[in-house]
Amino acid sequence: MSVLSLSKLNVSYKSSQGKIQIIDELELQVNSGEIVALFGPSGGGKSTVLKAIAGLLDNVSGDIIIGGKQALGINSRGNTSINIATEDRKIGLIFQDYALFPHLTVAQNVAFGLDKLSRSARKAKVDSLLELIKMVEYSDRYPHELSGGQQQRIAIVRALACEPELLLFDESFSNIDPQFRFELISDIRALLKQHNIAALFVTHNQDEAFAFCDRIAVLNKGKIEQIDCPERLFNYPQTRFVAEFLGQGLWLRCKVASANVLLSELGEISYAGDKDLFSSMSLKVEGEVDVYIRPHQLKLTLSNDFPIVVTNERFAGEFYESQVQWLGQVIVVKTQNSFLNQSVKIEINTAVWSVFPVVKSPI
Amino acid sequence: MKKLILVFLALGTFGVAAETTQTVNIYSFRQSFLIEPILEKFTAETGIQTKVVFAKKGLIERLKREGKYSPADVVLTSDFNKLLQLKDEGLTSEIVSEEINKNVPAHFRDDQGQWIALTKRIRNIYASKTRVNAPQVLTYESLAAPQFKGKVCTRSGKHPYNLGLIASMIAHKGEAEAETWLQGVKANLARKPQGNDRAQVKAIKEGLCDVSLGNSYYYGKMLENAEQKPWADAVNIVYPNQNDRGSHVNVSGAVITKYAPNKSNALKLLTFLSSEKAQQTYASVNMEYPVNPRVKPAAIVLSWGEFKEDTLPLTKVAEYREAALKLVDKVKFDL
Amino acid sequence: MNELKPTDDIKKVDSVGVSPPSLRIRLLKLAHLLPSFKHVKIISFLLALVMALPLITLLFEALSSSGDSFAHIRETVLTDYVINTALLMLSVGTLVLLIGIPLAWLIANCDFWGKRFFNWALVLPLAMPAYLVAYTYTDLLDYAGPIQITLRDWFGWTSVNDYWFFDIRSLSGAAVMLSLVLYPYVYLMVRSSFLEQNATLTQAARVLGKTPFKCFMQVSLPLARNAIVASCALVMMESMADFATVNYFAVSTLTTAVYDTWLGHYDLASAAKLSSIMVMGIFVLLFLEQLQKGKQKSSNDAKVSQQSLTYKLTQKQTVLAVSFCSLILFVAFLVPVFVLLQYAVHYFEQSWSTQVFEFAFNSAGIAFITALLALLLSLVLNYAYRVKPNKVQAFSLKAASSGYAIPGTVMAIGVLVPLTFLDIQINDLTVWLGFSAPGLLLSGSIVAIIFAHLVRFIAIANKTLESSYEKISPSLDMVAKTMGTNGVNLLKKVHIPLVRKSAMVAALLIFVESMKELPAALLLQPFDFQTLPTYVYQYASDEQLELAALGAILIVLVGLIPLLILNRSIDTSSIDSNKIDHSKVIQNRVDGK
Repeated sequence: MSVLSLSKLNVSYKSSQGKIQIIDELELQVNSGEIVALFGPSGGGKSTVLKAIAGLLDNVSGDIIIGGKQALGINSRGNTSINIATEDRKIGLIFQDYALFPHLTVAQNVAFGLDKLSRSARKAKVDSLLELIKMVEYSDRYPHELSGGQQQRIAIVRALACEPELLLFDESFSNIDPQFRFELISDIRALLKQHNIAALFVTHNQDEAFAFCDRIAVLNKGKIEQIDCPERLFNYPQTRFVAEFLGQGLWLRCKVASANVLLSELGEISYAGDKDLFSSMSLKVEGEVDVYIRPHQLKLTLSNDFPIVVTNERFAGEFYESQVQWLGQVIVVKTQNSFLNQSVKIEINTAVWSVFPVVKSPI
Repeated sequence: MKKLILVFLALGTFGVAAETTQTVNIYSFRQSFLIEPILEKFTAETGIQTKVVFAKKGLIERLKREGKYSPADVVLTSDFNKLLQLKDEGLTSEIVSEEINKNVPAHFRDDQGQWIALTKRIRNIYASKTRVNAPQVLTYESLAAPQFKGKVCTRSGKHPYNLGLIASMIAHKGEAEAETWLQGVKANLARKPQGNDRAQVKAIKEGLCDVSLGNSYYYGKMLENAEQKPWADAVNIVYPNQNDRGSHVNVSGAVITKYAPNKSNALKLLTFLSSEKAQQTYASVNMEYPVNPRVKPAAIVLSWGEFKEDTLPLTKVAEYREAALKLVDKVKFDL
Repeated sequence: MNELKPTDDIKKVDSVGVSPPSLRIRLLKLAHLLPSFKHVKIISFLLALVMALPLITLLFEALSSSGDSFAHIRETVLTDYVINTALLMLSVGTLVLLIGIPLAWLIANCDFWGKRFFNWALVLPLAMPAYLVAYTYTDLLDYAGPIQITLRDWFGWTSVNDYWFFDIRSLSGAAVMLSLVLYPYVYLMVRSSFLEQNATLTQAARVLGKTPFKCFMQVSLPLARNAIVASCALVMMESMADFATVNYFAVSTLTTAVYDTWLGHYDLASAAKLSSIMVMGIFVLLFLEQLQKGKQKSSNDAKVSQQSLTYKLTQKQTVLAVSFCSLILFVAFLVPVFVLLQYAVHYFEQSWSTQVFEFAFNSAGIAFITALLALLLSLVLNYAYRVKPNKVQAFSLKAASSGYAIPGTVMAIGVLVPLTFLDIQINDLTVWLGFSAPGLLLSGSIVAIIFAHLVRFIAIANKTLESSYEKISPSLDMVAKTMGTNGVNLLKKVHIPLVRKSAMVAALLIFVESMKELPAALLLQPFDFQTLPTYVYQYASDEQLELAALGAILIVLVGLIPLLILNRSIDTSSIDSNKIDHSKVIQNRVDGK
């Protein structure tokens, strides 16, 4: 069952240059207990989607259904438009700066949305929530007395206190010290999973998205390019944008050799996609495709037969990062030894899962 | 720092009276629009420049603090209490002039020559023409009578004019009786004491009250003013207590300060102010009663009729000023 | 920036303002006038002593003699006076909050037609002296005023007993009048506090199920508490210090008592005792204000770009908002100005005199010098505290600000006594040295008025510069020193450029206040020297304001100039929603407001 369903979501605003479409016919589902990332470059409209869901924006059209209840759209009889106020949408929103009320104590912050409960019930609930994140002893402190991670935890249980259908995270971990970030992320992920709470997480940080989410939706220019689990997204990018956005790599023009083999200037590449090459893109032998090879799929070996020279390197302790130039593209490959100023041979040591139609100029 | 000091010095000289030309420096409790026309005449006649500080309050304190370096030569006051205060504080010097003695009758001069009165004004009762019968029999005491319940208007009890009246009440009747009277007046008030004497007449015109206290010259000044004439037309000017002690008189006056740097000029000014010419101006411009016996009040003032003045010496009345002030507080007249 | 330490005075108004470059140059020039920097600490201490002189004088006078009439006042009317004063302060305090906070919220957090106009127009009443508003309204609303006369004509009422009408000359009337001119303080300070608040806090509250109204009550308002309390305390001090308005309305307050004891009972000691009570009351107020500031601090170190909250009002809400803003502007500014203009035109022949312009020049001159000196001295004090933040310098800064707590009337005494004393010493000395006595250089000249205004208003500059200095990172000083910049150069190259915007705001406010200030000038004016307020008051206190209407209008006009400059510098802060990135503008629908 989907906790959040967005369809035909449009957000636009008027400017002196006319109407500017920020979100364009967006479709997205978040299932019960699922954590989904909205991942993309800044300016791609991620936060706008979040605010549209929260009801904090005007000029939103389309359908938003939260917990099976229409929050935005047309009612079932098709005669009235619905636009439920933020406070009635039953969502939790966790901000980049946590937005803890500086004038309230930790306990008062957590209890903020619990007006309807009796005093004792409220206290019990706050205590149990603080227990959950092991912060009971902090209940009388003020937000500024807490560390970033602690504030973030409080912000999350404050949102949880209202028992929302859905939690929205807006770049919520970007202010946490990198040392503790992934520990916090895994704690919170465990917490959400334990309570089967669905969440939508806006981020531009790939590591955070990978660590926190079940599925990742890559948002670019107001459109979703691809939604998939992290591994598939990484290995089976559906668009050139997704491929490039998830990390540095090398574009290679290849010829189809057989149903599972491609030929490139770096030699043969085996193809391990869902369907074979002939059926997936109706390719024929000798047909041209582009593949995107990531550094970990490359191997450098010393060889004087090739004109490729390692022009720059960085010693990183466990490995070297060797920089080579090939066909005008620069790529950094991890190597065990220093190859600086030596000729190397580039080999592809794994299969590829995605191929892309040829565009006129590769790269 | 030197530059700073220079700046201050430059500022300092800004306001300091120039001593080179013939000048006389005046601290005036009387308002500039009353005094300035007369001073202009003085300058025209004598060539002596006048410099004035106008303030309704605090000038005596200032004079006292300035001590022997005070630039002030003359203090003009609007009531007799201040004249006596100046004398009591030892801030005055003796006024020795045959001419002044001729101009100002003895009972309008300090017996030690420390001050002179310049004009006198009566504390009148103004009574509604339509709502008050037989106004001529009104007395200050009648303001406390039951017939005027909720019909009396006046300015603050602490105003010098009212304080003078209350002090004279104490002088005549004793403190206890004066207190009963003041309480009676307070009980009769149509509204909390506020505004000036004219505002009370305006209130009578509007029907807010029937009788009020006010100085005599305001009647004339209101009749002259197109806006205010209807107010004055709505009331009779009444000289109270004509059948017993007579109406309470207050005076405006002048002193020469103890350390006056331009004493002779100051004396010239006082002589001028008591002269027929200046007294005439006081009478015609300000509708006051001149102290100079050779000058008649303005025709319009004369038209209000002859009246009997309270002859109790002002020094006697002034003794009770402090008591009067305390009485006003005691009965919470203004609250 | 997410600094949640809402304003403790007007200063934050300025933060992003752009000031004309000429001011900077002027300030730099002033810096050269500053005394040698080696002695800056001693000098600032001495300056503080000079600034505290009036207060010291008062305390000294209060203790010097028995003050007999104090006992009399205490036994008779003191209780009533204290009650009246307290009631006045409380009602003015309440009223300014009721007017100022909604206005601040509308302008800071809402978007509606006419907002940009009201943004600056609502500051205008600050240029209005309270007593002028009081006079004009008394003329309008009195029993004998045109409104009541018209009503009587319409309904055929004949006397006061036929109907009830609001009595303007009362405590509540005085409270309303004072509120009308003092609310801009609350408006200015709370507005900038609202502008500084991060929208995410309100959004968080919305998401947690709170309606916009509840968000306002539970989030915005508590967050603006410091600004609200500070502005309210300021307004209460001002209303306690007021003399002209309450005197005109025949409301006896403690200032009345000070006058009575001093000028009625000739008892300066008692007057000083009463003043000391007032000053103590004000210090209690300030202490309470400091106390409540307590625990609020920045909620976290997260540096997230500031979003400001903007509700887009519906048509209906816009009508309500515009009506409310217009009503306040109309009542507090347009009506009094209109009445004054009408007087000026109607009585033009009787009242026209070029003297008025001379008085305007006097007033503006005094206000300008006061503002400039206040800035300069405050710079010395703050610089000294900056380079040597010890207890002596902190005390100096506080002592130099104590004048703000002293009502103008009392200040006049506090200035007169020491200045005349000094004058006499100077004269004695010169005479002893064989020169002729130079006369009263200090008390007999405009130095006295400027000194009184300076002591009374320097606190504005001190507070503004103090908080401006707090924002300058100490590492800047260190960096400058490593590059060999110290003393005057540090001030010139680093501090002044960084504090100049807020310094300008302070200077403008001091100018406006000084333009309006009456009591000190009333008592301390030199020969043949009048300021606009003393000129106007002379007529107004005789209920002939119409004859001085021209002067009254000039007070307002001259005061308006700095206010408009002031507001331009506020304007360039984030009020203008058009300049805010669209995605950051949270255009909420304000339901049921």
